Amino acid sequence: MKRIDHAEGASRFIEAKEHQEFHDRRLWDLRLKRDREAHGIPEWEELRNLASQIKEHTLSRLAYYLEEFEARAKENGAQVHWARDATEHNQIVYDILSARGARTLVKSKSMLTEECDMRPFLERRDIEVIETDLGERIQQLDDEPPSHIVVPAVHKLRGDVSAVFARTIGAEPGNDDVHYLAETQRRTTRPYFLRAEAGMTGANFAVAETGSFVVCTNEGNADLSANVPKLHIASIGIEKIIPRTEHLGVFIRLLSRSALGSPITQYTSHFRAPRDGGELHIVLVDNGRSERLGMHDFWYSLKCIRCGACMNTCPVYRRSGGLSYGATYSGPIGVIIDPTFNIRKYSNLPFASTLNGSCTNVCPVKINIHEQIYKWRQIITERNQLPFVKKEMMRIAGKVLADPRLYRAAISATGLAIEHLPRFAIYNWLNPWGRQREVPDAPQQTFRSWYIENRSRS
Amino acid sequence: MTSRDTILAAVRANQPTPAPALPDLPLFQRALPSLLSEFREALVRMGGKFADGPSGENLGDFIRSLFPQAQVICSATPEMEGTRALTAAVNPVDLADLDVGVVRAAFGVAETGSIWLSEEELRVNAVAYLAQHLVALLDPEEIVGNLHHAYRDPRFKTARYAVLVTGPSATADIEGVLIHGAQGVRSLTVVPLPRPIGAPDRSRA
Repeated sequence: MKRIDHAEGASRFIEAKEHQEFHDRRLWDLRLKRDREAHGIPEWEELRNLASQIKEHTLSRLAYYLEEFEARAKENGAQVHWARDATEHNQIVYDILSARGARTLVKSKSMLTEECDMRPFLERRDIEVIETDLGERIQQLDDEPPSHIVVPAVHKLRGDVSAVFARTIGAEPGNDDVHYLAETQRRTTRPYFLRAEAGMTGANFAVAETGSFVVCTNEGNADLSANVPKLHIASIGIEKIIPRTEHLGVFIRLLSRSALGSPITQYTSHFRAPRDGGELHIVLVDNGRSERLGMHDFWYSLKCIRCGACMNTCPVYRRSGGLSYGATYSGPIGVIIDPTFNIRKYSNLPFASTLNGSCTNVCPVKINIHEQIYKWRQIITERNQLPFVKKEMMRIAGKVLADPRLYRAAISATGLAIEHLPRFAIYNWLNPWGRQREVPDAPQQTFRSWYIENRSRS
Repeated sequence: MTSRDTILAAVRANQPTPAPALPDLPLFQRALPSLLSEFREALVRMGGKFADGPSGENLGDFIRSLFPQAQVICSATPEMEGTRALTAAVNPVDLADLDVGVVRAAFGVAETGSIWLSEEELRVNAVAYLAQHLVALLDPEEIVGNLHHAYRDPRFKTARYAVLVTGPSATADIEGVLIHGAQGVRSLTVVPLPRPIGAPDRSRA
């Protein structure tokens, strides 16, 4: 499998200057809104601690809580299915649909179904799948994966959306009025809600004591998907479990504030039992999660509530765009999750970080994201998954930095080199750092020689 | 082994030990001057409307005056009659042409400006989503402080479907431009109105 080249994807993103600048600004604005909300609640840090503790407790007793959830959900009249991996998940969903003759599925946004690549699986079997979240619908119509877990089409400008809608759903070509575009999607999606035989949602949280699950949206599209068709299927990753209803108070207070800087999503919906005459199916999905739970340094990533705050704050993500990561999960959280799916394919991603730690500071469940990024770098290096140039440079740098004599010789040589070497010798394929940047001027004197001259005898 | 047993066995083998204790949850109670004004402020921030009234006039007339163009109105509260009956037996799809839905919220949350609705309050859940506009009556005495208080409400454990509605359907998926009425209702209007005497208050049932 081909290794994802994040830097190459990022350089393509950066070429579209207008897009890149808007993307950076828009996501930073979300970060600022998040800060205002966080500072508005005196107990914010205490909530983060509680959220982290609740998640760590639950993950440490996950089998117990999964069984409790299953038992309650069954008592409520829901049908519970278990899927070890993506293929089994997709097959279960297909079997439920085909047994009931369902041909059209309306669904709300679910990163899990993206992870499972469910849509093409169902479409190959003649099931029509309609994404109903506006951003997700834009991405579906453009045949692109979401670039952000909360705002899937954030890398697109209104002109791009206008072109996609004109090409696919009969919007007026050239009309890039945002209200018009949103209204066009509303008008063209509504008939699907009315004729679909089945609706699908993901879940933000699943509550063990009640066997219920919670879906947070702003558009109300999950509620339409679940409350209009008779059949509701919910795909839920096994790490979404929390023990009790009262714990939702902590997580709901944190989620949208961290994600979008709003106190709550417009709709926070709790599904416990099927409606009269309706059917409720819950698919609990592992797909690598139980294995990740056993990874000593990395199981903490399972605490993630998918708010996207780490992405919005990350300088690398904001300037490279989600698609450059070539994975379902992008940004800092993606960097630490993706290698658990395929270490070779995603071995470049942990290097898409400055290790500034901002992701860790904004994470509502206190995942030590930047420390995990650093640990992945070590593992990838040990397992020989580094590209040759980076590896050789690091090997030489390691030797030089470990030996004071070599270091001093190298420093004075570097100063001379920057001043006197021709550009091609400095700006070439051995120095990717210099691709977009000028190497700084070398100081006239090193700190060491200054120190010896001025201080060492006093 | 079934997939269920395989997954549970893998989880059991891999889950970290020992399990840290589950923390106690404070209520983070704050002394608020007025739950109603806090609620109102939060609701408006989320794009909801707050309509004082009706003073003396009939509730139905008042709501019709808010939506003079409305043809089809369904009410899920006996306090007002719509143009079409709404019973739990109504097929959701038949609400597609609904202009205005009227419901009575079970309670409100001051912190976020949310109202709580379940299948009891909605009769047909889809009424809150297929309607073009939603009006919710809320007893000013039935507002709790924050989400911690809200999630202590026992009705979360008995409702088949429960939703905290905070403002109308909204999206900012294109260039961050805020649009109301993305998929569900285009507007949400909360009318503060005491629950009629004798009407069932299920929170104390």
